[in-house]
Amino acid sequence: MGRTIRLEVNGQIFERTVEPRMLLVHFLREELGLTGTNVGCETSLCGACTVLIDGQAVRACTQLAVQADGLAVTTVEGLAQGGALHPLQQAFWDEHGLQCGYCTPGMIMAAADLLSHNAAPTEAEIRRALKGNVCRCTGYHNIVRAITSASRCMAEANA
Amino acid sequence: MSGLIGRAVHRREDPALITGQGRYTDDLQAPGMVHAAMVRSPYAHARVAGIDIARARAMPGVLAVFTGNDLLAGAAGGVVPTGWLLPEIKTPPHPLLATERVRYVGDGVAVVVAADRYRARDAAEAVEVSYAPLDAVVDPRQACQPGAPQLHEEAPGNIAFDWQLGDAGKTAAAFAAAVHTVRLDLRNNRLIPHAIEPRAALASFDPASGVLTLTMTTQNPHLHRLLMTLASMGMPEHKIRVIAPEVGGGFGSKIHHYPDEAVTSWCSIRLGRPVKWVATRSEANQTDAHGRDHVSIAEIALDAGAKITGLRVETWAAMGAYLSTFAAAVPTYLYGTLLSGQYDIPAIHVHTYGTFTNTAPVDAYRGAGRPEATFVVERLLDAAARTTGLDPAEIRRRNFIRPDQFPYATQVALEYDSGNYQPALDKALEMAGYQQLRAEQQTRRADASKPLLGIGLSSYIEACGLAPSQVVGALGAQAGLWESARVRVHPSGSVSVFTGVSAHGQGHHTSFAQIVADKLAVDMDQVQIIHGDTDKVQFGMGTYGSRSLSVGGSALVKSLDKVITKARIIAAHLLEAAEEDVVFEHGSFHVAGAPARSKAWADVVLMAYLAHDLPAGLEPGLEETTFYDPENFVFPFGTHVAVVEIDRDTGEVRLVRYVAVDDCGNLINPMIVDGQVHGGVAQGVGQALWEEGVYDPDGQLLTATMLDYALPRAHRLPSFDTAHTITPCPHNPLGVKGIGEAGAIASPAAVTNAVVDALGHLGLTHLDMPLTPERVWRAMNRATGDA
Repeated sequence: MGRTIRLEVNGQIFERTVEPRMLLVHFLREELGLTGTNVGCETSLCGACTVLIDGQAVRACTQLAVQADGLAVTTVEGLAQGGALHPLQQAFWDEHGLQCGYCTPGMIMAAADLLSHNAAPTEAEIRRALKGNVCRCTGYHNIVRAITSASRCMAEANA
Repeated sequence: MSGLIGRAVHRREDPALITGQGRYTDDLQAPGMVHAAMVRSPYAHARVAGIDIARARAMPGVLAVFTGNDLLAGAAGGVVPTGWLLPEIKTPPHPLLATERVRYVGDGVAVVVAADRYRARDAAEAVEVSYAPLDAVVDPRQACQPGAPQLHEEAPGNIAFDWQLGDAGKTAAAFAAAVHTVRLDLRNNRLIPHAIEPRAALASFDPASGVLTLTMTTQNPHLHRLLMTLASMGMPEHKIRVIAPEVGGGFGSKIHHYPDEAVTSWCSIRLGRPVKWVATRSEANQTDAHGRDHVSIAEIALDAGAKITGLRVETWAAMGAYLSTFAAAVPTYLYGTLLSGQYDIPAIHVHTYGTFTNTAPVDAYRGAGRPEATFVVERLLDAAARTTGLDPAEIRRRNFIRPDQFPYATQVALEYDSGNYQPALDKALEMAGYQQLRAEQQTRRADASKPLLGIGLSSYIEACGLAPSQVVGALGAQAGLWESARVRVHPSGSVSVFTGVSAHGQGHHTSFAQIVADKLAVDMDQVQIIHGDTDKVQFGMGTYGSRSLSVGGSALVKSLDKVITKARIIAAHLLEAAEEDVVFEHGSFHVAGAPARSKAWADVVLMAYLAHDLPAGLEPGLEETTFYDPENFVFPFGTHVAVVEIDRDTGEVRLVRYVAVDDCGNLINPMIVDGQVHGGVAQGVGQALWEEGVYDPDGQLLTATMLDYALPRAHRLPSFDTAHTITPCPHNPLGVKGIGEAGAIASPAAVTNAVVDALGHLGLTHLDMPLTPERVWRAMNRATGDA
């Protein structure tokens, strides 16, 4: 009853046989050992499991692994390049954008999706983009600052 | 490095957490690990007529299905204890799995263990439980009315405890003589904590050694181990190791001992292999200890000059189906004792009934009793301002305890050691632009095209770092509330600290290392902070109640002082100087007045271990431990200002501005302090505007998912304005007070006061939380006669 899927995760190709009902988030966490992507609600409501599929933010808790067959998935483990933190990771660190850290990978991936189509979002735009991601620790204050700071940093790097 | 205390040092926790390398309980695997799923009651109250496990047991991949009787046959332990007692309190047994009767939706009746979590869940669905439903009661006040369904034979009338504090006679006399009295009927809404990481446990029993290793979502591993030894597992401490890995938020919900970690442990013992259990979000909402859920009648008495002469409260507090770990403390000693607020009140009386209800147990949740007390006091102050025609800021000023009155003994058992309330109020009003806001409010009221504007104040006090142990023991605590710290200086001079507090987002790896680096003048990267493992740390009470820095940090400083004292003895010996002439400064010891006669820290530390040349009688090594029991609570305070807009057509409340001025004494890491304020404020705003755990009259939980339970989300909150006044705690070595809960204590009252203030011209005197659009819209329309 298994199905074989082939997909790219963080730039690496994986081929695995999985149960058709296996959720993408469990595939990433348990088959590939990429436990950075967390589960907070199993119903797409908290955003902790956000990953990028072909560059777009997706809730990995309500996608089946087989739905990702042939696609490219990026998780928080795939953001840092060549040993350097992604500007969003650096900004979350600099601005104290996390406390317990559990929602953080999802927040960072949601923010990456936002900045990929809006390079200089306003505070209101950032807040709207995060409405599907729950943080219980920070009150969002420093998360918003972190994303603003990362957008500036990325703009400078591209200038 | 000296000068580290007070600096916004980047958190050392973060590199792992921002790259996905943090290891939470569910991230961990163990060889041979299998998965548990709980079978839970869908009824709020029922007799268990029978449990048929045959179909579930036969399903593929299923290793075992246990009912309570199967799992615990012949076992010591088997019940969940409560950790706080009161006079004449009723403590009916709380079984790990219900065998005869279930008392809330989510009460466990069986557990399935299977090869993977999917199969475990499938089989849990296949366990057939026959229930004979009984009537349920969910409201804390209705629960003790005649004729209400009874939960426990041991607790007639569903009364768990009936508790009073203060002087009833004196308070009645104050009300009889009062010029003004105001009464408010208040509900403090039931909250569901929602740490984003659900509770989880990975139990590994090693049959060879007989040791159970339990990795779990806990704020206090030693407390969990203690309660497991005493009640749920019946195994001695040295056979239980509890580990807290990364823990994804707690807010109180991971203090308590739940059946689940013990059931998971028993499964591992029975099967002789590692078993993991992870709550789903719906399970979390059904079974995490909830917060608040008070019904109160609150009254205040004032003289002609609007000085408060008396305060009286009667409160019915839901305990849920069983008494959770610290449940009995929350609506009593963490609530009644705070009812003097920041005010000089000559007569106070509080009467609390803790009642059993067919709901999830209620226990400490961020603030724990103190937000409820602050809500009572600060709502009464606003209502009194209205009655006396004073500005809400003015009535507070008239009643503040003056700086020259400290130490101040309240009428409700606390002695405030320090405080200076008016500067915090003035600063908050100035930051908010209070006078301009009041003018703007008048303009808005006259202009129907604009949303209404409301301004709410909350001048709160918090009592945290509960201590000393002798006092909390007299109040009912079944544990001490001291804290320990062991400082181990290694031969090369690097330092390991073993602390009994157990951070889960608070940043102790950073702030505690700052303290060590500052005091010993070593680099932070030479300092390691170890917590959250009962096999590594001597003992500790954990992280909750805003206690980590004021109690745990103080223990750390005491141990550092002892280390320096011993090192100075060695240095003096090496320098051939009298000990009292040797000074420790900038990381080295020198003879006072002769800086050239010095010994580097590293040389002294190494000699402590080489022991080639130590003073006669001095033991080798450099390691010191302190068990620190504070002499009093600490008393943070502050004033918060909320500014709201209300849509006249929909009743929707928008929080447009939030100013928080807090006084938590000296700051170790101001960045972390402000982060704590932000998070606490957001949680309290959530309580005021959106959050409520709702049961229907039959005891069905209507808010079991995040779709039904409205959490604060980014687009509904503003950025916050924070500032501090600094009144150091006089009795601990760092002069610090807690800050973890302040935001959640102050903000529900600030926001509610703002909403009532916005509607004050309509004659409205009170609205219950959460202030949803529907509730506000209905109130506006009732007031204007449109509905």
